[in-house]
Parts: sequence; C-alpha cells; structure tokens
Amino acid sequence: MTNSWTDIRNTDLVVIMGGNAAEAHPCGFKWVTEAKANRGAKLIVVDPRYTRSASVSDLYAPIRQGTDIAFLLGLINYCIENDKVQRDYVKAFTNAGYVVKQGFTYQDGLFSGYDEAKRDYDKSSWDYEIGADGFAVVDDTLANPRCVWNLLKNHVAVYTPEMVERICGTPKDKFLKVAEMVAECSSPTKAMTSMYALGWTQHSKGSQNIRAMAMLQLILGNIGVRGGGMNALRGHSNIQGLTDVGLMSNLLPGYLTLPNEKEPDLNAYMSTRGFKPLRPNQMSYWQNYRKFFVSFQKAMYGSAATPENDFAYDYLPKLDVPGYDVLRAFDMMHQGKINLYLCQGFNALQAFPNKQKITASLSKLKLLVVMDPLATETARFWENHGAHNDVDPSAIQTEVIELPSTCFAEDDGSLTNSGRWLQWHWAGGTPPGEAKRDTWIMAQIHLRLKELYRGEGGAFPDPILNLHWPYADPGDPTAEEIAQEINGRALAKVTDTADPTKVLAEAGKLLPGFAALRDDGSTSCGCWIYSGCFNEKGNNMARRDTDDPDETGAYLKWAFSWPANRRILYNRASADLNGKAWDPDRKVIEWDGAKWSGYDVPDIAPTAKPGEVGPFIMNPEGVSRLFTRGMMRDGPFPAHYEPFESPIVNPVAPNVRGNPAARVFEGDFRQFAEPASAEFPYAATSYRLTEHFHFWTKHVVVNAVMQPEFFVEISEQLAAEKGIAKDGWVRVWSKRGSVTAKAMVTKRIKPLTCDGKTVHIVGIPLHWGFTGAAKKGFGPNMLTPYVGDANIETPEYKAFLVNIEPVSGPVA
Amino acid sequence: MFPPIANPSVTDVAPRFSEKDLVRRSASTVPAPAERLTEVAKLIDVSKCIGCKACQTACIEWNDTHPEVGVNAGVYENPPDLTPDMFTLMRFSEWENPETNNLEWLIRKDGCMHCEDPGCLKACPAPGAIVQYSNGIVDFVHENCIGCGYCIKGCPFNIPRISRVDHTAYKCTLCSDRVAVGQGPACAKACPTQAIVFGTKEEMKQHAEGRITDLKARGYANAGLYDPPGVGGTHVMYVLHHADQPELYSGLPKEPRISPLVEAWKGITKYAGLTVLGVAAGVGLLHHLVMGPNRVSDTDEENAERLVRSDRHDSA
Repeated sequence: MTNSWTDIRNTDLVVIMGGNAAEAHPCGFKWVTEAKANRGAKLIVVDPRYTRSASVSDLYAPIRQGTDIAFLLGLINYCIENDKVQRDYVKAFTNAGYVVKQGFTYQDGLFSGYDEAKRDYDKSSWDYEIGADGFAVVDDTLANPRCVWNLLKNHVAVYTPEMVERICGTPKDKFLKVAEMVAECSSPTKAMTSMYALGWTQHSKGSQNIRAMAMLQLILGNIGVRGGGMNALRGHSNIQGLTDVGLMSNLLPGYLTLPNEKEPDLNAYMSTRGFKPLRPNQMSYWQNYRKFFVSFQKAMYGSAATPENDFAYDYLPKLDVPGYDVLRAFDMMHQGKINLYLCQGFNALQAFPNKQKITASLSKLKLLVVMDPLATETARFWENHGAHNDVDPSAIQTEVIELPSTCFAEDDGSLTNSGRWLQWHWAGGTPPGEAKRDTWIMAQIHLRLKELYRGEGGAFPDPILNLHWPYADPGDPTAEEIAQEINGRALAKVTDTADPTKVLAEAGKLLPGFAALRDDGSTSCGCWIYSGCFNEKGNNMARRDTDDPDETGAYLKWAFSWPANRRILYNRASADLNGKAWDPDRKVIEWDGAKWSGYDVPDIAPTAKPGEVGPFIMNPEGVSRLFTRGMMRDGPFPAHYEPFESPIVNPVAPNVRGNPAARVFEGDFRQFAEPASAEFPYAATSYRLTEHFHFWTKHVVVNAVMQPEFFVEISEQLAAEKGIAKDGWVRVWSKRGSVTAKAMVTKRIKPLTCDGKTVHIVGIPLHWGFTGAAKKGFGPNMLTPYVGDANIETPEYKAFLVNIEPVSGPVA
Repeated sequence: MFPPIANPSVTDVAPRFSEKDLVRRSASTVPAPAERLTEVAKLIDVSKCIGCKACQTACIEWNDTHPEVGVNAGVYENPPDLTPDMFTLMRFSEWENPETNNLEWLIRKDGCMHCEDPGCLKACPAPGAIVQYSNGIVDFVHENCIGCGYCIKGCPFNIPRISRVDHTAYKCTLCSDRVAVGQGPACAKACPTQAIVFGTKEEMKQHAEGRITDLKARGYANAGLYDPPGVGGTHVMYVLHHADQPELYSGLPKEPRISPLVEAWKGITKYAGLTVLGVAAGVGLLHHLVMGPNRVSDTDEENAERLVRSDRHDSA
C-alpha cells in the first residue's frame, strides 16, 4: 500500500477492482465501511461476479476476467477526453512532459524492439531523449508530439466506451457511470482509493494491471494524498514482510537485487545501480544503494566482509536467468534437475498451477522436506486419495520428511501488514507436540551444515562457514535478536556527514534509521527499509499508542511503518508546487518556508525546497512515471492482451496471443486451449471465500462448518443451457485436468457479451484439498495453466478456459 | 465508529442481573421486579453486513456448540438452517430490484429477536423453562425444559430448535452471560464492519437513525428500522434498505405476531386441557392398578441404545 488501512477512512471513492476486499479482507474492509458511514464515501466494485464487496457497493459493473487494462485505459481515455485531469499535479509531479526517443512505437499490439523467437523486447528505444546537459529533455508545455502525455493520449485513444464494452463485456452505460464517478476525483479536493489484490496480480499481465490503475491515480492527482493511493491488499499475514525482506529468488532484502553472472565484481554490480538523477536537484534516493548493500553484507558476513574483498561480494550467488521463481523451479524439478526441495510455510501441491505437473515434479525428487504447522497436501502428495489425489504410491520414490513448526500465535515476532506496518506480536500459546519455531529449525540446519563443511570442505564453503551468527544461543536465535540485526548496528562510531561533531550512533549501538547507513563497512543492516524498527529507543514495532492528532488516521505512535515510520508514501505530493496542501482538509505535510512538517513523516528531505525537488524521491526523475522506460518487460505503457486462454480473439491486436513478453516453458504451450476454443468454451476464474483462509482453515472444524464443501458457481443461463440443477453435481475440465463439484447456480454471475459473443463465466473457489476437517475437494490448480506474469511470474489463476457438464455424483 | 465495548476486567464482577430481575417466567408468575433495568438491544445493520459469518463462528465458540461439518447445498447458507448447535445464521437472498434493474444480494443474520412480547415464553408449558429479564433478554433455562417444542410453534420467527441429544430447546441467549458482566454479545464483538452493535435500546434506535439517513441519501427511499410492534418491539432490530419489504430478506415477516392458537392456549384452552390431563391421569392410575406396571424388554433396551447412538452421530 502507498497509504495504510486506517487511511482508507479518509477517502471519497473506493474502487474495488482486481480484488474482493469484503470477502478476502473483511477486517480491513471496516475502513471502507467507516468512510461510507462517516464521509458519505461511495463504493464501486468492478468484478466478473457480484461479490460480497458488491453487496454493499453503490455501483457494480461486471467485467470479463483478464480485461482490466482495457477498462482502465478506457477510464484514462475518458478522463483525458473530458478534461478530468488534475493538470497542475500531472505537469509537475509526473513525467508527462518528458520527451521520448525517436524510434519508440506501438503498433498492432507490439512495442518497438520485439523479438518473437525470444518472446522478449530490445528495450533501447523505450527511453527519454537526453539533452546536452545530461538530463532528460522535458517540454513543460506538453506540446511536443513525442512527449509522454501525447504518446499516452494516442495510446489510450482506441479504448473508447464502445471498445471497453466489446472487450470487457461491461455494458456501456455502466462503464460511463463508473467513469463519471472516477473522473470527479480529478478535483484536488476529492480522493479516490484503489483497493486491489490477487484479482490483478494473478494474470499474465498482472504488473501492468496495477500500473494502469497507478497511472489513472496519477492523472487524478490521488497519489501521496490522504484517502488516495494504490493500495495492494496483501493475502497472507506478513506476505508484505516476505517481499520486503526479499524472499524472492532475484532479490536481496529491501528491494536490492541479486547480482547476475554478468556482474563478476562489486564495481560491475554497482555500475547499473548508480541511479544518477535524470533532472537537476533530484534526490534519486537509490543513489544510496551502495550504503544499503554494504551494510547488508556486513550483517550477513560480519568481519569476513571487508573493503578488500568487495565486502564478500563473491559469496553471493550470481543469477544466470532472470530468477528462479516457483514456476521455473518446478519446471526444473519436472526435468529432473532438482533433487531436494525444502518447502517452508506453503502448500505447493495446492498453490501452484497445473497440479498434475506439480505431482509429477515432486515425484522426481529424492528428498522433500516440509516445514509446516499443518498436515499439508504437499507432504502427502504421494498418498492416494481417490479422485482427489489419484496417484500410485508404489511408483513414487521421493523420501518425505515433515518438520512440524509453530504457527504465528505460538511465537514472538513481527508481522508486516499491507500498510507496511511492522506490528510486534507475542506468543499466545504453547506449541503442540514436537513443533519448533522456524528460526530454531533453520538454525539447527545451518549449524549442522557448517559442521559438515568444516569437516569435509567443499567446492566453496566460505559463504556458509563465514555466515555471521552472533546469537546468544546459536541454536535458537530469538525474534528480538533478529529484529535488531535487521534494524542495523554501528560497527564504529557513525557521525553526521554534514557535521562530524554530531554522533549518530556510538560503536556497538543500534542505528536510529537508514539515514545513518554507511558504505565503508562501519554499519551493518539486514534490511535497510526496516531500519528504525528496533533502535536504542526500543522495539518500535511493539508500540501501541492510538494517539492521532486531528484524527488524520496516521497513528504515528502505533507500531512502526517502513520507511522511517512514514504512513503515506510520496506524501510531498499532497501539497501543491508551493508546498500548500492541495486540499486544506486533507493536509498531510506542508512547507513552512524553511522545512516540511505535518501529520506524517515527510517523504522528502525536510529542507528540500518545493519547486526544486520532486516528490518521487526514489526515481532519478523526481517525478512519477506514466511511461516506465525500459523497466518492465512487456512495455512502457500497459496494453490490452487477452489471457493465454481466452474466449475471444484480442479485438485490438488479433495477431497477438496472450502477453507477448510472458515466458512460456516448452511443453506448456501445448497444454493451452486455443483462443475462442470450441472444446473449452467457458471463461473460468478462481477466488477465495471469506469463510476460509487459503488451505489453512479447512483444518479448523468451525471454518469447515461455515463452508464445508467444494463448489463451483455458474449463472442461471448456463445452468439452463447445460441442464445443471442447483445443488446438482458437475464436472469441470480444462486441457490440463478435471474436477467434480457441487453446482451453485446464481444470479450473481451473468453471461457477458464480448466481441459479439456470449461469454459464460465459471467461478471456482480455492479452499479445498484432501487433508483437514472439511470435505475432500479439488483445488482450481487442477485446471489452471502453467504461465505467469511477464514481470514477476505470478501464475495466471484468474482467467482460463474450461468446459462443464452435469454428472450424477462424485466419482470419489 | 460506534464506540466498542471495553474489554472485560480480569477481576470477578457480580452479575448485573439475575432471577430478581425477571419480568416473565413460563407457566408461572413472578413478582414484579423492584425496578426495571435499562432495556438493551442488538442492532443489525443489514446494509453494512458483508456476510462474512464471523458472527456465526463467534457464536459457536462462545457457546461451545459443536455443529457437524455438513455439505454444500448449492447455497451460501451453512449450515442450511438454524440448529440446536447454530443459534445464528447468515441468510443470503438474491433479488433483482425491478425499479433499478440492479441485482441486490440481501444478507441477513437470522436468530432470536428477543421480542418484548415473547411468543415462545407464552407458549411454553414448562414452569421456568423460558424467562424474560427486565432488560429485554429472553433466555431458555435448560434444566426446566421438557423438549415439547411448543416454543417453536409460539415463535413468530421460527427460531428455537430442539436438540436430539438432550431433548431441550436452544436459541440465541443474546449472550446473557456476557451482558450480565458488562460485555456485548459475542457476535457483535466479532463483527468486522460494526454491522452488529449492542447497547441500550434507545442508543440503538438513535444509531439506526443515522444509518437510515445515510441509506436514504444513497437512494434507498424506504430504508428503515425493523422493530415490529406486533410483538411489542424487539431487542434485536434490523436496519433494512427496504424496510417496506422485509420479506425480501429471506422471509423476515412483515407483521410478525404471536399465533392466535398460543394466545388461546393461555386462555380457555389451558383450563380445558388441564381437565383432560386430569382425566387421563385418573385413567392411567386405574390402568396401573388393574394391569400392573410396564416392563422394559431387552428389545426396548436395544432400540433405545440405537436411538441414542444415532443421535450422537448426527450431532458429532
């Protein structure tokens, strides 16, 4: 989230699209309820199904899954056409006036530089023109035909309300009603908030779905303001923490990136991470990258990381591919290239697409280790459970070891919520049986590995032998010790760079925050963005003070919000060019002539003069980007692409199938249904239900009572066409698998008309499996295709094709 | 935000109401209490409810009931109906509004309404099995219940259910045990959107006013409070977007009133019935004297054993 959960109560308009907040985030949804009850805020829900969120909305508009970009670019087009743009904001705070290089084009669904064989782009033309002064060329009048604003205008012009209706199936009048309400928020005194979740990410163009809304929010002037923002509702408790501390195959903590094999030393690594400002006076905060990186290396390798050895740069793995995401990992496993899989805290067999492929992959392992508090399906992938897990145990040789772990309520630690708040929690119960904390298990594995390497050597034991392990009980690090390590410590006295007499931290003390980080090895810090969470003032994550001056929803004394306890990112943009709040009733911070101050921690240097320094301090431009240069694999603007399995051919780019830059593994393409397939005519989507949390709560009797059995949802029209009775049984199958389910026939799903064709939607909820207290059932991953988002490889669970027929009863 | 009720104290507190605060007791009379407690009420704002069923789970956990894991019956209601182990139930109703052509998904939390004029209590023949406190809470006292099921017939909302395990009637207690120590009902505590709030009946009516104004501003011209006078008003009230058509909400009765048969039962029928009972008892005694006592055969024992087993199974 750019903002926080509590800030949603400040909004005038909530748009829930690409998510279902009431259903999947019922507790956070209370802030929508508050905004509606106290401010008269309106709620719009755009979804293929009339959801629980829709049930309390002011306006519901149906949309075909996988067409959000067409809808959002349609809204941008509407705002531009009708002059519903917060002009001053767009001119000053976005790259609208930046002139793009000659050679950049977009035609027939493809940007310049496409290589069909590689399914990838040469992105060199996706950039600004650079002037003689070394800075990007900007036309403040927005007259240059090659400036971002004019390119954007042309790019979105095709997405007329008629085209939106044709692609999305949203009736034109409903779309226009949404557009009118959204466009009202271009006023500086109105704010709209975007609440989205996996309904946007789980697509082959998930990142671009989110970008499209971010661009709309920028055009409306809603980023950085109270009640506005791009608010990602994170699914798992602490999944925000997972991304923050870099639990991805290509990341290091704090959104630093792992080196690749073309970067043999620290200089080569830093050469692409210098982030020199693209405009005069800009902060371009990533210029401090080296401080964050060196401090991380010091946290990892302690005294073994020295200036002489590039701070142990060689200890880091170097990527030979963009990343070893889960799809790649399981594809490699499928090819027999992975022998051992340590599965910690997730349920791969239910969570990854194309279950048959996952089963086959796990069957090729020599050893599978599962660390989990629950008896997961993954740990029992080799057990036969009839149709629900139809395997032959005698043909599977994988050894499986289960390490029972504690659950969140059984240990101390912090959880980072969607709003970037690190909230400390205390153990509320004693672990059952032999369950151990994950930290204990990891420490025990590490110490044993270290012993083995010490005794037996190995190709390169140094990174293991020299891993800094400073815990009082090496076999059982505490949550506090790890939190302090993440916060960072001064290894020598750290003084203020501007005033060396001022000591920021004495040697050995915890650092006050990331501003004290140094790149000479005098500081250590496990995750720079978390610095400040546990400093000499104490455990700031454990703070529970509800003080909130003037009830702005900031709650600066509650827990710790990264970065620097800031509650609204880009909050400098809540004020105009002169530093006065765009909306006096919505003040966040203001410029008093000498410095920035207000209700939140300023997201800018406190003395950075308005008019000189832009609000988007992480970007070398100082402004936000409507055009992302070469930073995304599939284009500097979002464009509508159909899902890989689509009931119609792409109306704006008929020759392009799926997202042209999305990676597809050999063999998986053959398992996709053709566009507009007669064999698989129905558009399916998967989703969560409020009664359950993923695959966990089916282990709890009370939740199992609330939603006991797997079902699929279809419209009355499709039921009539296929002779399916309410409460009857159906079989649903895709090119990859088949499930049997109870049929829920509902008015909440209606057939859509897309490109002149009737499109029926089949809804498939996700919570069942073959372990737990609920009835045995299937997961939608029996059906879903093995393809992910072009940028971050989140699997395309939200749009695929199936067929359906009534059956007499369960097979199993 | 409606101010939430503070967490309970960890020290013991004396109950705020007890037997001395009874205003009604089934099949018996009670002395009028010295003073009437402030009337309490639970307000369920249907327009804020997202149907998450947190109230249902909280109800199960607080009351420590053990409903069985059922099946999906092609609907969102789970279990499909109120049971002796499920005192409250989200009911979902899909309605296409003919005036707007828009679909509305009307979700209502069903359960005991705690009528000011309680039909269950009036119909109950077992002394002290159903009581009403002066704060408005209608409670079942299980050790006095004979499991006759008359309370179901007496209830205009079809709420109580008879357990096949202990053969007594169950329904929502309005968490009388929690309210007695200054807490609100478990369902209200669990509700994430404050669709359920609890306080004095006056406070609830005032809170409802604000909600109704908001709904009217959003185009629900007939938004209103459901506090039906036919049963003397209720201590569980609803805010409805379509207060003119409560039956849209899974059959919430428009004008609930106690069945005339129950009213009659309390009148002349009661005395006529007692006469019949007296005669029957006399005949029974005569039969015993002439024929001797009944004997329980081995077959009877087996049948009884089987019945108990099946009950346990059903309610596991």
